[in-house]
Amino acid sequence: MERTNHMEYMEGMEQISSRIMEQTLEAMEAYDYNDFTNEDVRCALEKENLSPRDFGALLSPAAAPFLEEMAKRAQLETRKHFGNSVYLFTPLYISNYCENYCVYCGFNCHNQIRRAKLDMQGIEREMEAIAKTGLEEILILTGESRGMSDVTYIGEACKIAKKYFKMVGLEVYPMNVEEYEYLHQCGADFVTVFQETYNSDKYETLHLSGHKRVFPYRINAQERALMGGMRGVAFAALLGLDDFRKDAFATGIHAYLIQKKYPHAEISFSCPRLRPIINNDKINPKDVHEKELLQVMCAYRIFMPFAGMTISTRERAGFRDNVIGLAATKISAGVSTGIGGHMEEGEQGDDQFEIADNRNVDEVVAAIKEKGLQPVMNDYVFV
Amino acid sequence: MKQDKLVIGGHEFESRFILGSGKYNVELIDAAVKHAGAQMITLALRRANSEGEGNILDYIPEGVTLLPNTSGARNAEEAVRIARLAREIGCGDFVKVEVIRDSKYLLPDNSETIKATEILAKEGFIVMPYMYPDLNVARDLVNVGASAVMPLAAPIGSNKGLVTKEFIKILIEEIDLPVIVDAGIGRPSQACEVMEMGAAAVMANTAIATAGDIVAMAGAFKSAIEAGRSAYLSGLGRVLSSGSAASSPLTGFLQE
Repeated sequence: MERTNHMEYMEGMEQISSRIMEQTLEAMEAYDYNDFTNEDVRCALEKENLSPRDFGALLSPAAAPFLEEMAKRAQLETRKHFGNSVYLFTPLYISNYCENYCVYCGFNCHNQIRRAKLDMQGIEREMEAIAKTGLEEILILTGESRGMSDVTYIGEACKIAKKYFKMVGLEVYPMNVEEYEYLHQCGADFVTVFQETYNSDKYETLHLSGHKRVFPYRINAQERALMGGMRGVAFAALLGLDDFRKDAFATGIHAYLIQKKYPHAEISFSCPRLRPIINNDKINPKDVHEKELLQVMCAYRIFMPFAGMTISTRERAGFRDNVIGLAATKISAGVSTGIGGHMEEGEQGDDQFEIADNRNVDEVVAAIKEKGLQPVMNDYVFV
Repeated sequence: MKQDKLVIGGHEFESRFILGSGKYNVELIDAAVKHAGAQMITLALRRANSEGEGNILDYIPEGVTLLPNTSGARNAEEAVRIARLAREIGCGDFVKVEVIRDSKYLLPDNSETIKATEILAKEGFIVMPYMYPDLNVARDLVNVGASAVMPLAAPIGSNKGLVTKEFIKILIEEIDLPVIVDAGIGRPSQACEVMEMGAAAVMANTAIATAGDIVAMAGAFKSAIEAGRSAYLSGLGRVLSSGSAASSPLTGFLQE
């Protein structure tokens, strides 16, 4: 298969004038995590406001012996900014058709899985079932197929979501400013885009075809979303795809630069690690252990104490329950990563990845309370 | 002796402690209000905008005046919309205008705050704007119909204390409305100091929410605020310099 130039925009992709990608990549390029000493880590932990270099120190191997101190500081910051609130949500996969060939993903277009797309009645039934569990925030996801799940289809899903939920987020393919504007009008206010890896050479070898192959279009998605009027954006690298320290550093710097340019934007982080997928035994999250994952989460928290942070069902219940209130502020519950998983008939389309925490909403609420924290279904108003 | 009452928009309050309701378990709100002796409690409309778990409104004791805030508003227009929504869901006519377009420090946008205050005051709200302590802005807020001004002592949630002390003193001196110090007060002694300076009331949330014993800390703030108010009303004593007065007075040269 002939591979296209992944740094070149495809037809129809909007180019905005921004230096954020360049600045992020330059910072990542210059980041040498072996350059830091214990003293650098101590200094970083003593500061009230951390510089990007301090953030780099906290992500470095030199910070490993300071994980307990980092956790303490992270918990303090989390409490200061979020008190003991823990927000709940669930993702809803409405379509798993995908036009991208990403070698690590269960939805990729060459993977032989059951494909499905919910029609509007199906979406409504799923949402109704989810709303009954008490949740008030939903994250709508699709595979990345403009053909099978176009912007209007996503927009209609947002309008239905508005009826059942207070807060609607999107995790769909990157789009142009006016498309984000349209979806904002339909009721969505938050956009999550995983960059997967910030190493463009590695990115090129993992995303072999499809729109997602275009690295710069993806990296500028958060900025276009904010230009389109979205209130908040979320950032993530899929830790374990490439050098996780560099990817985590770039993720933080990307968010930092966006916040500097758009001070009103609500920033948040997701912290996914690779999970096993159907038909690919080679993938497992062996590179990033829980210790490293927690180090990354604490570093994000201490660097940007005001940012939201979501902990995914990719992690086991015991890990998730202990990082809420410590670094994470938001947790999903009652999760299905397949299509139609909330309806009585069961799934029509296969899962994107295996989850490690199958607990329903009541069980997660109980676990939050058990920790002396406050489950909050909604802290948001659409204006 | 005339009773010492806090008057905001024609409503009288005996307590000068406005308690926040965020960042701690909703089950503790009732006890915190009681120990604080608070008659007014702030709540984020966005937290009340919920049907389920953790809707603040379900936990606020009867008889306490609600002061919904417009947090989440990034400009005047959004603040106005949130205030109207608060009124619609039965939060009353009081509103604390908060316009913030800075997710890092959460500093208020004074100019948008003036715009929102003007619109809401005309709609009959009792508007208490959260502001950066700037005398000109405070005067504008008075002119557009605010019922109190709420200058920040330090950034929200920072517990840093009276960082803007000198500017708040100026507001207390010059502004005829109640000056209610909001945000940044980290400990009871700071609340006491604010009251000694002549502030009309203190609003605190994070300092209580992050205390080891939330309910007991609410009580500690109550005592400090009352002590500060009594000191203010008593007229603080002069700070006496050490040593006795000079034996030859400086004005001794004056002839009859």
